[in-house]
Amino acid sequence: MHRFLPLVAFLALVALPIGAAQSQTTERAPDTMAARVLACASCHGAEGEGTSDVYFPRLAGKPAGYLYNQLIAFRDGRRKYPPMNYLLEFLPDDYLKKIAEHFASLRPSFPPPAPPTDSKEVLARGESIVKNGDPQHGIPPCSACHGPALGGMEPGVPGLLGLRAAYISGQLGGWRYGTRTAIAPDCMQIVASLLTEDDVKAVAAYLSSRPAPSDPSFAPRGSLPMPLECGSEPR
Amino acid sequence: MPRASKGMFVALMLTLWPVWAYAQQQPADPAVIAKGEYLARAGDCIACHTAREGKTFAGGLAMKTPFGTLYTSNITPDPQTGIGTWTSDQFYQMMHNGRFPDGGLVYPAMPFASYTKVTREDSDAIFAYLRTVPPVKQPNKPHELTFPFNNRSLILGWRTLFFKEGEFKPDPSKSDEWNRGAYLVEGLGHCGMCHTAINALGGSSESQAFEGGLIPMQNWYAPSLTSNKEAGLGEWTIEEITDYLRKGVSAKGAVYGPMAEVVYNSLQYLNDDDVRAMAIYLKGLAQGSSPEKAQPPMPSAESSLLLSFGKQIYDRECALCHGANGQGMPPDYPPLAGNQSIQMVSSVNAIRMVLNGGYPPGTAGNPMPYGMPPFAQKLSDDEVAAVVTYIRGAWNNRAGPVSARQANELRSATLN
Repeated sequence: MHRFLPLVAFLALVALPIGAAQSQTTERAPDTMAARVLACASCHGAEGEGTSDVYFPRLAGKPAGYLYNQLIAFRDGRRKYPPMNYLLEFLPDDYLKKIAEHFASLRPSFPPPAPPTDSKEVLARGESIVKNGDPQHGIPPCSACHGPALGGMEPGVPGLLGLRAAYISGQLGGWRYGTRTAIAPDCMQIVASLLTEDDVKAVAAYLSSRPAPSDPSFAPRGSLPMPLECGSEPR
Repeated sequence: MPRASKGMFVALMLTLWPVWAYAQQQPADPAVIAKGEYLARAGDCIACHTAREGKTFAGGLAMKTPFGTLYTSNITPDPQTGIGTWTSDQFYQMMHNGRFPDGGLVYPAMPFASYTKVTREDSDAIFAYLRTVPPVKQPNKPHELTFPFNNRSLILGWRTLFFKEGEFKPDPSKSDEWNRGAYLVEGLGHCGMCHTAINALGGSSESQAFEGGLIPMQNWYAPSLTSNKEAGLGEWTIEEITDYLRKGVSAKGAVYGPMAEVVYNSLQYLNDDDVRAMAIYLKGLAQGSSPEKAQPPMPSAESSLLLSFGKQIYDRECALCHGANGQGMPPDYPPLAGNQSIQMVSSVNAIRMVLNGGYPPGTAGNPMPYGMPPFAQKLSDDEVAAVVTYIRGAWNNRAGPVSARQANELRSATLN
């Protein structure tokens, strides 16, 4: 063994200065997804948990297929929000998929639910639509597709918890007025167009008042019998 | 009488010619088609002739100009709505001379003032390639131009002032590489469309070629390629320039704004030799003007207050990636110290990067780029002005302060 010692010492002497010099002159950015998506952090939080701004949604723990569909929709201009459209404009599909998988894999803690500012009646109406729908008006319950625990379903159905009322009503409003669309058949457009403004307010108030789920994961693919055909959740 | 019959004859020819010509088209040599595809990349045809979520080359992209909105045309080989009945002569006439097959004038949003330098052989190859893309039946949208710009004959005046027809003439005193680079930059690359100031008439003056200017409607400043104080590449190594052009990131800085589009859709697809040739030519453009160190801005009580306020924000929000001394972690976190892009007289780009953030394009050489967060929602106008002032003046950077008003005005800049 000791026969090799001079060689080892020699190699160490030669290699060390190079290593030291390199670490001085070429400090590289961390080779992680977290470092790559720091651009998202100022609005969505470092782990996609959301920030204090009520219009910026939580991303963490939503199914990767849903997040990917949104990233593509923002990049290609189907979903309109100029700061997002701008940031994603020149990012290729493969990378967007990795970004989606990154946020889907994170499980930061949920924010405490907002103290309800709406009346008991409004919250009860919201709960009823979320759990039972409104069969008289052909409205299916949210839980039929988003799961009884509202955690979403792989690959394309998002979880509904940890979001603020302003964001939820903004999205439902977007679908009602056609400013947010998904891959056809666009089931959410059908559902949202059946809701009244009061329904939207009630659903948003109820969902945003829910505490963190005990199990923050989404349902496996195909585990929920969906009442409508959805382009973003191929059966 | 002779005039009338001549008119009839011309009209008849114009009607029948395309039909005859269409029938005469022969499938081209696959090598020519492949070359044409490559050259179409170099010319970045796709960027304008494909709408968002639209079919490739079917046009319909809205281009906002100070004179109204132009809609790009369908250049697929569909005979009714595309260019399926065109001949290679007619295609060359459009590229070279900015005229439609019927003689009509093409709006100069189509960069024929640059494409005029393209050789007949290259034009034919691009045409051969365009004939092989899937035809799409999609009628062109009429332009929405305001009076008097909706009068196409005005283009004649524009052409007299700003259009000089003629293929690229190699300079025998320069190397083949330099000439190839010049051909690509001045011709298909149409770099001068943004990097030469556009005047009130929508034209770019040849005497100011590559001297930079604000891109109308987009509110990004296209820096001068001839001044080392701006984007002149005199101080860059060839490797840094080729990295920048093809990967979108380099040790000196990353592409952003409209240049990200050019790298994403065009430059990343060019081969080693061509990117190197462009780099050699671009570096040469700036050789003449060596950067003079500007005088540091006069320290006043007000500006030193702004600087110390800016430093606080910098240390809190920026230093994590760009380093306490602005050294960055190149190429992914660009250096700010010594970065030419930050020290230009125009502070538009530096302010917009802070407000809007941005991702360099995802390219084959840099498939998973690092992004800069937007700060528009986080920093006030005063804070943006302070931090940009600090970045422009800290370390050895030498550029003037920025006002809160400038920051405020750019909040409403069009994002995409």
